[in-house]
Amino acid sequence: MKLTKAEVEKIAKLSRLELTEKEKELYANQLTKVLDYVDKLKSIDTENVEITAQVTGLENVYRGDEISQCDYQKELIKQSAESEDNLIKTKSVF
Amino acid sequence: MELNQLTIREAHEKLQKGEISSLDLVNACSERIKKTDKKLHCFLATDFDNAIKQAKEVDKKIKKGGKIKMLEGIPCGIKDLILTKGITTTASSKMLENYVPLFDATVIKRLKDNGAIILGKQNCDAWGHGGSTENSDFGPTHNPWDLERVPGGSSGGSAASTISDQVIYSLGTDTGGSIRCPAAHCGAVGMKPTYGRVPRFGAVAMGSSLDTIGPLAKCVDDAAIVLNAIAGVDEKDSTTLPKPVPDYTQMKDKGVKGLTIGIPKEAFGKGLQPDVKEAINIAVRDLEKLGAKFKEVSLKYLDYGLACYYIIMPSEVSSNLGRYDGIRYGHQSNKADNLFEIYTKSRAEGFGAEAKRRIMIGTYVLSAGYYDAYYKKAMQVRTLIKEDFEKVLSEVDLILIPTSPRPAFKLGENTSDPLTMYLEDIYTVTINMAGVPAMSLPCGFVNNLPVGMQLIAKQLGEEKIFQAAYAYEKVNGWNKLKPKI
Repeated sequence: MKLTKAEVEKIAKLSRLELTEKEKELYANQLTKVLDYVDKLKSIDTENVEITAQVTGLENVYRGDEISQCDYQKELIKQSAESEDNLIKTKSVF
Repeated sequence: MELNQLTIREAHEKLQKGEISSLDLVNACSERIKKTDKKLHCFLATDFDNAIKQAKEVDKKIKKGGKIKMLEGIPCGIKDLILTKGITTTASSKMLENYVPLFDATVIKRLKDNGAIILGKQNCDAWGHGGSTENSDFGPTHNPWDLERVPGGSSGGSAASTISDQVIYSLGTDTGGSIRCPAAHCGAVGMKPTYGRVPRFGAVAMGSSLDTIGPLAKCVDDAAIVLNAIAGVDEKDSTTLPKPVPDYTQMKDKGVKGLTIGIPKEAFGKGLQPDVKEAINIAVRDLEKLGAKFKEVSLKYLDYGLACYYIIMPSEVSSNLGRYDGIRYGHQSNKADNLFEIYTKSRAEGFGAEAKRRIMIGTYVLSAGYYDAYYKKAMQVRTLIKEDFEKVLSEVDLILIPTSPRPAFKLGENTSDPLTMYLEDIYTVTINMAGVPAMSLPCGFVNNLPVGMQLIAKQLGEEKIFQAAYAYEKVNGWNKLKPKI
């Protein structure tokens, strides 16, 4: 089923992507095709099948909660588009 | 033979004996880059000045009678998805066009600890998204065997560069085939290790449950040497496996007698180009002559791997690319009036079409109401895929399948339809779903274009892959053939 323009707009908003009208149309078609393709998984019976999120089975890797110094705090802050007094500056929410 | 054509071991021995200098080696490679890269476009950034400085230091050490490490003084290239301190790292995306990392990825630190010399950063599909390098925001890389064709991807710059002798070896990343696909299309040896075998700290994250880092090399031995250097547990990547790293070069002369190799019938069906199939059949006969036993096996979920991958991978992509908010680092739009617009406009300007598609697919399948039908379902199918591989690999030592359904296609041939492009990954993505290691190894030519085959082992079974690959390469000179550029 083809994604509607409203659906694409909703996904784009959730994705924090501004789209042009042309892009909305293009992605509606392309995403629909991909979603139709992945639908083939529906033919597989997965009742009572556990999920796999971590493929090697490794779990609960801990390390000591120790504070260590970062050598380049100031340089990190400077990688932002705007900074002031060693703080990252950005626009207001509204 | 030109110096830049040497393998790691050859270069190492000549360096140690004082027959060649590291400076000559670095100069030979940088000259080659300067001469060929206008045609190939493998590099996005080079660091020749530092490379020369480092080379001179190594040469001093050798002159004083110092013993050098295997990778010491030998130049390499790094996929631009891996962070290199002080050298621009863009992930081939406009979003990071001016990003200079303040630290090295663990694999880079390990290469440097081994004395490796980094010549520069190699082009790839932006964020690793693609199988052709056409998704690079800075223009595609060209296949050294035919400049009108793609080199494969996403580590296309790394494969093309290695095979064109611009560098001795390269590092790439592989989330769904990004080392193996370009290795096959360029005629390189590409090794995707077990998930968690090589630390990813400092690699630009794509699909975190799938991402791996590995070598692209001119021969099996070089791939083994590089994997020796970069593998092993790292406290900065908690998914790394706390298991000792064997010396993979020890598999060199073991031969294949006693090994059983499985041929899954599902991988040789109608999607496979007949002359690629024929090249692989000949390789199978070669391995048989060497003493390997073959057995038909069934990977019944192989056909579902791609569908599963194109749910799980974009889900993880949408999450990982969420960090590019236009604020902390990376591109910021100057057209934004408020915080929300900083996000939406910076991301609209910084991301290319493929990244946008994957972010949106991921966001859609993870969104309320669709999670169970897509993401959960895919994670369940992933379990079936993983069990499928485990079962088959308990009966055989290795699985052999093609790397790509056909040789390298022409630039522009697949760009209008993303799904057709995705189908090129049909033989590689399922392996990442199962977390098992796989190598793409050159196994012939079709119409003067290289063809690759994959050897797959169970998790942490890299040694057996190297064992068979060493034996096969010894009786086949595919890697001795060089493209004319």
